[in-house]
Amino acid sequence: MAMPLESPISFTNVGKIRWWQRGIFASQTGYVLLALAVLLVIMHFASPYFFTQGNMQNVAKNFSFIAIATLGVTFVIITGGIDLSVGSMMCFSAMITSMVMTELSAPGSPLVHMAADGKTVLANVPGLILLISILAGLGVALIAGLVNGFCIAVLGLSPFVTTLGMLSIVRGLGYVVSNGRGSFPGGPDADYFYALTSGDVLGVPAPFIYLVILALTMAVVLHHTSFGRHVFALGGNEKAAELTGIPVVRVKIEVYVICALAAGLQGIIISGWLGSAPANMAMSYELNVIAAAVIGGANLAGGIGGPLGAIVGCVLLEVIRNGLVLAQVSSYWQQTLVGVIIILAVLVDRVRSRMT
Amino acid sequence: MTKTDATPVLELTGIGKEFGAIRALHDVDMQVWPGEVVGLMGDNGAGKSTLVKIIAGNFRPSHGEMRFAGSAVHFNRPVDARAVGIEVVYQDLALADNLTAAANVFLGRELKRRFGPIALLDHKAMASRALELFGELRSETRPDDLVRQMSGGQRQAVAIARTRLSNARLVMMDEPTAAISVRQVEQVLGLIHRLKEQGVAVMLISHRMPDVFAVCDRVVVMRRGEKRADKSIHQTSPEEVTALITGAKEAA
Repeated sequence: MAMPLESPISFTNVGKIRWWQRGIFASQTGYVLLALAVLLVIMHFASPYFFTQGNMQNVAKNFSFIAIATLGVTFVIITGGIDLSVGSMMCFSAMITSMVMTELSAPGSPLVHMAADGKTVLANVPGLILLISILAGLGVALIAGLVNGFCIAVLGLSPFVTTLGMLSIVRGLGYVVSNGRGSFPGGPDADYFYALTSGDVLGVPAPFIYLVILALTMAVVLHHTSFGRHVFALGGNEKAAELTGIPVVRVKIEVYVICALAAGLQGIIISGWLGSAPANMAMSYELNVIAAAVIGGANLAGGIGGPLGAIVGCVLLEVIRNGLVLAQVSSYWQQTLVGVIIILAVLVDRVRSRMT
Repeated sequence: MTKTDATPVLELTGIGKEFGAIRALHDVDMQVWPGEVVGLMGDNGAGKSTLVKIIAGNFRPSHGEMRFAGSAVHFNRPVDARAVGIEVVYQDLALADNLTAAANVFLGRELKRRFGPIALLDHKAMASRALELFGELRSETRPDDLVRQMSGGQRQAVAIARTRLSNARLVMMDEPTAAISVRQVEQVLGLIHRLKEQGVAVMLISHRMPDVFAVCDRVVVMRRGEKRADKSIHQTSPEEVTALITGAKEAA
């Protein structure tokens, strides 16, 4: 039924939107990235130690420790939701991973069979215990994410309340399974575990490599798959998404699962760096994670956000922390400054969108 | 009407709907022909939206039969109605304004290209198809612009282009001219003409008498859940329709 065009449309009344008025240049992420660049230059002049290799590695490692979870929570924020349970989730996944690792490695544990050489059967396959324990850690995150998603998408509970509850439930479970003591990675595979989580490749910290891979994957998923498109549509206009036949319930459950898995992975990596998973690990990290996402340009009202913004937010927070230490400012100022920056970042964006 | 060649796109016989003790619709008969624009008018609570929701598959009728292009249909969900070729342009347009025009047109039915196990969006194909659709509607809308930055008329074009994508045979428009400027109203009425030219039947639900008289071939007036008039636009007048809506005149 398509009708041939009598004449191609001429855009006489509709101007073209210039390149600097669209995409990253017109986003909060762009402005914060600019601010970050300025900050890096200032830091370079303020402290000769800032751009040393050691400090750069340190910064890269430190921001990677919250950035993977920030990627996950960015998915949720784009749909217009929120996940407060990421901090607890990090702790619980890390704890389960190291407990399973220790348990499967211990001779005499009721769960494992002994081989002839006095080690457990599983320990004779290098890396198998590590694989199982990491899958166990991610498995509990998957379950928590499914519960979050089910309560929010199917039962229609508010994301804030559901994940606030989950924050408490998961933290409590962490205390229950470890009796409040936390747990330590152990057994023959612990060395692999430390190499994978706190090691480095040619001077690049391993967590940073994971972060880059995950961020690139996320960029492709968000902008080049229909799932990503639906995530944005859900945040832009949930009712429209539903009317156009998008499987709203499924997409919502999926984003909470992704967020929980990212938090779980993040926790497992942190525990490798700490060498343990204490019961109070990553306490109130959810606030840092959400702050980083918001500073990077994710809009809590939904519909806007991306991996670049998540990383830029994390880097900015870390550079400020690192910079204050190098500048010998009391580290107590850090939190105050972070708060100011959150408000400033959002304020600048508001002013900009008023002007155009 | 001069249409004797075809079967009606939509044929309602004895449609009724009760919500508990409330009778929202009673014994509505109606036919809509291909390429015809029918105005559906009535005061608030007259049963217009219930009727639209039944046709769109949001509600099931309590009584009566609905035939689409000659065959009886029963819709359980809006998706069922869309599957046979009924599209609704909602009053709030149901657009995600953080996405581009092309993304909105293809929302929920994105074009993809497969690379082995993964399917990625085919941005180019979607943009060029969207541009084609905007061309058909003669709307100056760029596929890559964000809907947030668009005028009311352009938004309407995006919402209508979405119905063209599926080659809908009946498009129902709920108050498309309610919240936009005079110049944009002209554009929207133009869009309705484009649909008509292409043989699509349009049902226009509107409160605005001038718009109905500008584009419709026929006007149906509802009052208290019943159809009170079904007249060719040339055989009636705004005054008569107003009287029918308010009840000053019972039926015509």
